[in-house]
Amino acid sequence: MASTPLASTRMNSTSAARTRPEDLHPRRGYDLLPEDRERLLRFMLMMRFSEERALALYKQGKIPGSFYDGCGQEAISVGAAYALAPEDRMCILHRDLGAHFVRGLTPDRYLANYMGRSGGVTAGKDGNLHFGAPELGCVGMVSMLPDMALVASGMSLAFKMRGEPRVAMTFFGEGSTANGQWHEAMNFAGVQRLPVVFILENNQFAYSTPNSLEFAVDPIDRAKTYGFPGISVDGNDVEAVFAAASEAVDHARAGDGPALIECRTMRMHGHGAHDDMSYVPPGLLEEWRERDPIDRYAERLLDEHGFEPEAIERLRAEVREQVEDCARTALASPMPEGASAHEGVFADAWRELGDGEAPWSRWADRQVSR
Amino acid sequence: MSTATATNGRNAATTADASSPQRELTYLDAISEALRVEMRRDETVFVIGEDVGAFGGAFKVTDGFVEEFGAARVLDTPLAENAIIGAAVGAALEGLRPVCEMQFADFIACGFDQLVNVAAKMHYRQGLAVPMVIRLPSGGGFSGGPFHSQNPEAWFMQTPGLKVVAPSTAADAKGLLIAAIRDPNPVCFLEHKALYRHVKGEVPEGDAAVPLGEARLVCEGSDLSVIAYGSAVLIAERAAEELAGELGAAIEVIDLRSLVPLDREAILSSAIKTGKILVAHEATRSAGVGAEVAALISEEAFEHLDAPVRRLTAPDVPIPFSPPLEQAVLPQLEDMKEACRELLAY
Repeated sequence: MASTPLASTRMNSTSAARTRPEDLHPRRGYDLLPEDRERLLRFMLMMRFSEERALALYKQGKIPGSFYDGCGQEAISVGAAYALAPEDRMCILHRDLGAHFVRGLTPDRYLANYMGRSGGVTAGKDGNLHFGAPELGCVGMVSMLPDMALVASGMSLAFKMRGEPRVAMTFFGEGSTANGQWHEAMNFAGVQRLPVVFILENNQFAYSTPNSLEFAVDPIDRAKTYGFPGISVDGNDVEAVFAAASEAVDHARAGDGPALIECRTMRMHGHGAHDDMSYVPPGLLEEWRERDPIDRYAERLLDEHGFEPEAIERLRAEVREQVEDCARTALASPMPEGASAHEGVFADAWRELGDGEAPWSRWADRQVSR
Repeated sequence: MSTATATNGRNAATTADASSPQRELTYLDAISEALRVEMRRDETVFVIGEDVGAFGGAFKVTDGFVEEFGAARVLDTPLAENAIIGAAVGAALEGLRPVCEMQFADFIACGFDQLVNVAAKMHYRQGLAVPMVIRLPSGGGFSGGPFHSQNPEAWFMQTPGLKVVAPSTAADAKGLLIAAIRDPNPVCFLEHKALYRHVKGEVPEGDAAVPLGEARLVCEGSDLSVIAYGSAVLIAERAAEELAGELGAAIEVIDLRSLVPLDREAILSSAIKTGKILVAHEATRSAGVGAEVAALISEEAFEHLDAPVRRLTAPDVPIPFSPPLEQAVLPQLEDMKEACRELLAY
């Protein structure tokens, strides 16, 4: 390993995923059928290809502002969101595009949102991944991190107060764990034993700041101090993330309270497209590239689950074509009228969030009931 | 509508007088009653804050609520204002109607981010309504010092997406709180602590709301308008009475009640009618409500003015602790009368 002592420390602890306290016991391969495995790969590919397409649009000057992606972190948002039932709710962050796709968003609305088009989820009111599709049960993030941990906790508070077996899930990076609101959220969720699942993406850097300057105690070690289980998993292994998330979601749905899942990964691109990543120790990206979550999962499907190479190639081509179609749709979407900037400051009425899609085969025959 | 609006507001109150039974309540009890009425009427309404449960709140607004509504709907939280407001945002998105209590308005600073970045912008960005109320016990006059005396309303007027109300009477405290709870937007409800037990008045029974965005005509006059809200209304009313006796002056007093939305028509029609305006509030001066009202009048009613629009406010200093210092900062009756005399003589 050519990384610095700091990076190699983090690498070592990453490769040996640790669990504590031992309240969650995720089972690998937890109820996954072959079609589930195909979907997991499909959503990761959809995220990768959509972000590649968006980056090209950014370089062509079609995206105002900057560009942010979750390259290398696809397994986390896809694996975690895949555990949810339709009536569950999500607050999705900026490295988690895959979760939007799992819940039913199509890439055209993501690409249009990035370009500030009227066909974007926010119709130009907000940019990049600062959105949630209300009809799919998602509430959009704000730039202040980890504010959505409190909003998700509040949604789960409503579920608890009404006695509904529903779960809220949200994401944040390890950088967020340094902010006071993270503590407020963990503490409140712990005190109230809320049905909320927190997905912590430790991608090694908060912008340029490495873990060693972010915390003296590993965030996952703090879970038990808030009174709920925490588990650390390989964030580049989609089934490991899914298994932990499923266990945590079931735990929360059963009324046993929150859980924190740390997914260890690496942010393979800069904080934004403007970031040259000069602070990343030499060799670190190469190390992580060998553990690319998509390549690894495709290999596993071939080696362990009897998938044919042609089927995987077909899937890749199919998703790439879908993303290209969606890019055309997004590019055809007009820019919003300036006058719409004045609309919508205040609400006239409350509007209910819809249910998201829940592609996990477990829910296939299930009637949604509250 | 203006004078019309303001007069209508008064007429509406008069109508309520005639139609519904009334009894005298303190401003504080009127707030409690509004909460009780709404919690009885609508099971999605709940209270969330520090020490609001068994203890009944620092000012006892929710005294006895746990017994009636249960601890789950009178939710004691850890000492964490962002958690109170952030959790309320999430609960509101899911169809509940949270009423957050900040123990003192000053502590909203600790929950500012969830309020201004998450709650206020949610509908604009996402099309999702956030029906919630943030109760803010505000104001000075009792040696609360710099951290228990502030009037932070202008902070929220600068944040599109928040509504802001500040009642001065017991009846309005009840009616505006009911309206705020039913509104689908985040509403900052500024309740002046000095009015809690000091102000008493006839309060209608039942669950009638006072609409947000309508000023109240406190007393009619033709020589000068004092446009005020919160504690300054009481001082203005008294100054008007005393100056009527001393000078025979007919001073009109308008109680804004709502700061967002602001009753522009009531302000402008009173300005057009009297031509002399004093805007009065306890909050600090610069970029405050008074500045906004003065700008509105100068933009829309300049040719009707017989004098510059004047402001009576606290100066731009923190609220000090020691009584003589605090008195030197907060607008007093004599300050109000002097400001009125100057304008009357202009």
